[in-house]
Amino acid sequence: MAKIAPLFTALLSGLLFGAGLILADMTNPGRVLNFLDVAGTFDPTLAFVMGGAIAVYTPLYWLGIRRAKPLAESKFDLPTLRRVEPRLIGGSVLFGIGWGLAGVCPGPALVVAGAGVQPVALFSAAMVGGMGLFEAVEALRVRVRRSAAQHEVVPQHFAPSTVDS
Amino acid sequence: MKSEWLRALTGGALLGAASVLLLWGNGRIAGVSGIAGVALRLKGGDLAWRLLFLGGLALAGLLAVALGHVQFDVAALPSGGGLVVAGLAVGLGTRYANGCTSGHGICGISRGSLRSMVATGTFMAAAAGTVFAVRHLGQ
Repeated sequence: MAKIAPLFTALLSGLLFGAGLILADMTNPGRVLNFLDVAGTFDPTLAFVMGGAIAVYTPLYWLGIRRAKPLAESKFDLPTLRRVEPRLIGGSVLFGIGWGLAGVCPGPALVVAGAGVQPVALFSAAMVGGMGLFEAVEALRVRVRRSAAQHEVVPQHFAPSTVDS
Repeated sequence: MKSEWLRALTGGALLGAASVLLLWGNGRIAGVSGIAGVALRLKGGDLAWRLLFLGGLALAGLLAVALGHVQFDVAALPSGGGLVVAGLAVGLGTRYANGCTSGHGICGISRGSLRSMVATGTFMAAAAGTVFAVRHLGQ
């Protein structure tokens, strides 16, 4: 049976997050592009958005994870990756290029698309398409790697000896 | 202008509070691109909360227009082809980067994650570089 509480907190969190983005004016691509235009019409206001969010989240994150489990679920499910790998950098560069072209990142895209603003709905559709492309490519890579491992034939005389010669 | 940065600070605090709710309630990081991207795998037990969080975002936009009489100003957007290219880059890039402005920029930095600090510095620099190229080069 699906529990209701975690569904309610997820919906409420999404609503609050959307309200925060609207209040912060992150839903205005012109504002975002001016924030990024450090050599031109630079508008530093959005730095306060990130500052306000981090100021609230940091202490309450560390306080929250001291509990054995979250309030509505049986366990915390937090990121485990630690290594800074090439795909983190490459993905961030690609995301930055898209963000700099449109002035829209994933959260605001979904908020403004939800309001029925047609060009942002188009952007969001393309964004979801990009995410789907990632899933397809990664699924294919896993399948290729698995079948390569299955078909790998090690001739007997090339098999590594377990005895030191 | 003072009222503007106060509004930004309040909006930011609300983003922080929403992220705290998802952590304390669901034990999850409020990263929009990850929540959306993994939802595409359509796995039963994990799907419902993701769709509700994303639905909450869309509903916030809908309610702002319907009840708050907010008018979203999107005049600065590029035209059709540019929009699609930008959307594809954001979708693909955020998934390879394991996060975006919310998951890396807010939650990750707060968690003291080196990966998130590197990612945030990288996508900010790439975005600023792109805006520089579009607005100040080749004109």
